[in-house]
Amino acid sequence: MQTIVSISNVSKTYASGYQALKDVSLDIRRGEILALLGPNGAGKTTLISIICGIVNASAGTVRVDGHDIVADYRITRSRIGLVPQELSLGAFEKVWHSLCFSRGLFGREPNPAYLEQLLKDLSLWEKRYSPLMALSGGMKRRVLIAKALAHEPTVLFLDEPTAGVDVELRKDMWALVRRLRASGVTIILTTHYIEEAEAIADRVGVIHQGKLLLVDDKEALMHKLGKRQLVVELEAPLSAVPEALGAWSLELAGNGTRLVYTYDPHKAHTGIHELLQAVRDAGLVIKDVNTIKTSLEEIFVNLVSVKS
Amino acid sequence: MNIYAIRVIYKYEMRRAFETALQSFASPVLSTALYFVVFGSAIGSRIASVGGVSYGSFIVPGLVMLAVLTQSLANASFGIFFPKFTGAIYELLSAPVSFVEVLIGYVGAAATKSFLIGLIILATAGFFVPLHVAHPVWMFGFLILTCLSFSLFGFIIGLWATNFEKLQLIPLLVITPLVFLGGTFYSINMLPPLWQTVTRFNPVLYLVSGFRWSFYEIADVSVALSLAMVVLFLTACLALVWWMFKTGYRLKQ
Repeated sequence: MQTIVSISNVSKTYASGYQALKDVSLDIRRGEILALLGPNGAGKTTLISIICGIVNASAGTVRVDGHDIVADYRITRSRIGLVPQELSLGAFEKVWHSLCFSRGLFGREPNPAYLEQLLKDLSLWEKRYSPLMALSGGMKRRVLIAKALAHEPTVLFLDEPTAGVDVELRKDMWALVRRLRASGVTIILTTHYIEEAEAIADRVGVIHQGKLLLVDDKEALMHKLGKRQLVVELEAPLSAVPEALGAWSLELAGNGTRLVYTYDPHKAHTGIHELLQAVRDAGLVIKDVNTIKTSLEEIFVNLVSVKS
Repeated sequence: MNIYAIRVIYKYEMRRAFETALQSFASPVLSTALYFVVFGSAIGSRIASVGGVSYGSFIVPGLVMLAVLTQSLANASFGIFFPKFTGAIYELLSAPVSFVEVLIGYVGAAATKSFLIGLIILATAGFFVPLHVAHPVWMFGFLILTCLSFSLFGFIIGLWATNFEKLQLIPLLVITPLVFLGGTFYSINMLPPLWQTVTRFNPVLYLVSGFRWSFYEIADVSVALSLAMVVLFLTACLALVWWMFKTGYRLKQ
């Protein structure tokens, strides 16, 4: 797949001496949804701020659609939209005027029909003549998205788009992101909500302490690093794992009523068949059996703790 | 050149002025009218003419300059400071605009507002005293240059300020005293020799003097020197803004 944003060896050290990014390199593919995961202070916002021109990189280069973000800033910035993390809006201007301002600022000719459709898509049309300060937090978040899309960008950065928003709005935003991707927009979102990346991302990058730990397809990441667990629920509780089952490294959970077996589903032989046979042979009565897939959150926690 | 960006910044700033028309236009007119009442009528009636011009008429150019200077500073500094304060500046920083376009938009709008206020005050003055403009082209030239240069200076203050207190600091503690001591209400020839010399270090003197000359052909310093000082100030402000944008001073990290 074609690269639309190419980040090469980017580092950032702030005037205070704090090194927010350490030699980050990353290629973002055209038309994908890339989720940048990381705890607070990991360097996610600094990275997208550099790409958007808000923060100067200390070292390294960034190219958008083949153009350098410093030398060809007019071209690159006109193709990028940014939804900031904070609700950074004016106070007194109307929603409609604010959108017209954003479109013009990015060098696009007026297009009331496009902006009207955009506001309708974001359920803001009825609020078009409302002052920004009169809007709710959720509405302001939508206005920020509308402003970022006002100039029809091909790359959209969403910095913590669902931080502090309710479940309904979060789902609406995910639907919007999917629609934008379907229309050809490349989307990069930063988040520390694992379920957000799991729900909508094609690829996941993990940033921790200014370093990009890994970038991979979400499914491949879960395939490579994901484990599964077989949970065998017993009718009668056990005080300890029977010696006959010692070969499987089982854990006893649920006050002795559950045997938990962690296995690699990608191995040719998982050992499940033999385990269930051995459980029966040990005279244990099985009440229920189910498998649990390792979540992206667990993968992320493992990665961060290992690298730390 | 990003013409659309210039246009929306300019329109945005002008809309802000007209949506708060009472504060933007009526307030300076009222203040000026009060100056006329106090200085022109109450005190002016006791002062003989200055350079053959009645005192009421003499202070008109100074009053216009007083309003234009303070309004230029206030409009331009608030215009760029408020997005910084709210965080909305991110949009300007991430937009495909150069500092030239940003300046034309913000400073152009602030200067336009000040220019309009200057004209309104001139018209208001016409109700109180007889007005005569000997050199209309020069009058407009000085007015426009002053609007531009002090809007540019206000823009610098807006970029520099990190809170509302700092935003008011230079206009209140530096500019206002300079304006009052720069020959707005008097000719420096009325001062003792020492204070005449001191006043010559006040840049506002050159603005007021040149502007007053365009009305009555009387000046405290030569017109060429006045013009040179305005242009020098304008150039210095431009250089400073260029440096601020180039280095990202108080804008980018």
